[in-house]
Amino acid sequence: MASKVIHAFYNDDDVLMHAVKKVKAAKHHIEEVYCPFPVHGLDKAMGLAPTRIAITSFLYGCVGLSVAILMMNFIMIEDWPQDIGGKPSFSYLENMPAFVPIMFELTVFFAAHLMVITFYLRSRLWPFKEAENPDVRTTDDHFLMEIAIHGNEEELKDLLSDTGAVEINITEK
Amino acid sequence: MYTFSNRLKIASFILMAVGVLGIGIGFMAAPSTVEEAKAIVASHDDGHGDAHAVAKGHGEEQAHGDAHDASHDEHLLHQLQNKPWAALYVAAFFFMMIALGVLAFYAIQRAAQAGWSPLLFRVMEGITAYLVPGGIIVFVILALSVAHMNHLFVWMDPEVVAHDHLLQGKSGYLNPVFFLIRAAIFLGGWILYREYSRKLSIAQDESNDDSNFKLNFRISAAFLVFYLISESIMSWDWIMSVDPHWFSTLFGWYIFASMFVSGITVIAMVTIYLKSRGYLKDVNDSHIHDLAKFMFGISIFWTYLWFSQFMLIWYSNIPEEVTYYVTRIADFNLPFFGMIAMNFVFPLLLLMNSDFKRVNWFVVMAGVVILAGHYLDIFNAIMPATVGDQWYIGIPEIGSILFFAGLFIFVVFTALTKAPLQPKRNPFIEESKHFHY
Repeated sequence: MASKVIHAFYNDDDVLMHAVKKVKAAKHHIEEVYCPFPVHGLDKAMGLAPTRIAITSFLYGCVGLSVAILMMNFIMIEDWPQDIGGKPSFSYLENMPAFVPIMFELTVFFAAHLMVITFYLRSRLWPFKEAENPDVRTTDDHFLMEIAIHGNEEELKDLLSDTGAVEINITEK
Repeated sequence: MYTFSNRLKIASFILMAVGVLGIGIGFMAAPSTVEEAKAIVASHDDGHGDAHAVAKGHGEEQAHGDAHDASHDEHLLHQLQNKPWAALYVAAFFFMMIALGVLAFYAIQRAAQAGWSPLLFRVMEGITAYLVPGGIIVFVILALSVAHMNHLFVWMDPEVVAHDHLLQGKSGYLNPVFFLIRAAIFLGGWILYREYSRKLSIAQDESNDDSNFKLNFRISAAFLVFYLISESIMSWDWIMSVDPHWFSTLFGWYIFASMFVSGITVIAMVTIYLKSRGYLKDVNDSHIHDLAKFMFGISIFWTYLWFSQFMLIWYSNIPEEVTYYVTRIADFNLPFFGMIAMNFVFPLLLLMNSDFKRVNWFVVMAGVVILAGHYLDIFNAIMPATVGDQWYIGIPEIGSILFFAGLFIFVVFTALTKAPLQPKRNPFIEESKHFHY
């Protein structure tokens, strides 16, 4: 089913913020906003849910710490507890200070890398992905707000031109 | 203007009175002869006494054993006599170090021209007011040590130095007169900066240009240079020299991290208290959030330094260095490892969440644990060399904490009444009022 969307262009982030608030107040659903740079507070104005990526990162860190402990406990204590320079290999705890640098680094490694990969997966980013940019100017100096049309074309157009849009296009999607 | 509430004032007097009582009991209970010392230990710990009785039974070593026992008993007497002194010194240093840590934080905020913190400058200036009486008390305790009133610093005893080549080698640095001169210079420098910066800060409120502010910026930067050097030397003098055979290069930063995180914690707690009483209207959750972030980050920084010092010495296991940790792990196992939980694991897990850092009671609870943990940190630094295995957190220790806590509250909140809690003409005050994160 072909559906129509309206694209409103802005050339200032303050104007965009006011427009977003106005459109939200008029109870229209904003499909997407395209910006050349992060606009502080835009997610709040749009009412987007807070990210949970920090929580995933914490859990990945716990995984990394477990991997480090299990790995070194097996290698250094259980599998072949050699006397290396007099270090006590009788139990993990006795030799733990020597393992801490690895425990720390693996925690950070897992937390950082798995979080980045999670970010790529959730935002659907990969090397040969086709860009989803509706207008090239949005990567340079224009902001674009996209709203779906449900038979209220004229009303939306009026509302958006009131908000200081520099250009309003209607396109098939 | 802040008015010192009567209830808090009375509470601080009660703390001081109870504290003086506890300190007094501690000094009364300290033994003055070897026999008394042996009686105290025997009544506390029967198993230890029995083991000694058996050990004495070796006939052929009887003569040597007696001589050894006599020196052991003398040693025990000194440890027990040190107990109330060490308790007093640890608490006195701990509260002075809080004020000094706040002073360093304050100077950094000024030198960095931070936009979020000017609203808290008066709170910080109030806390650093304790540096004057607190620093003088520490200096008096050090002077009494030099006057042989106690045995906190063995290198001050000429008898000991006469039989100790290592201490003779260090006597160019570790000699009582130079020691007191250094202490006086450091305390004088810190107090001078504190008083002058406070004066400029208040003068800025009524002036019609920013010259006071700019001068304050410059002296704060200069103070930080002086502070870094003096704090490092201070930690060798006042803390590390109780173990004069031992040395560590990162010790100064380690003590710095301890005082810095304690100071920031106290800023957060005093700010939350004042805000809950209806003062500091413009302070919002974001300011608390920032302080809690500092508490979190510097706790981890402290742990990093603690671990770096411990792990390097543990790993190489050189006898002359490792005795420091051998005595601590053998005799102070619970306080030594307990403080890692309090100073690292607890703040790490509690203050990691961004939302929790904005919950005031949460920050206060975390702060109480951090402060107790850093008291234990100083306790672990001083006690093993002064009282050894005779340590106990009893009446003299708790009495000293209560006394200095009462004095701290009284001095800090009295100083807070002396000037408006919000600076008027600070160039960053508007930014600070609208700070949000």
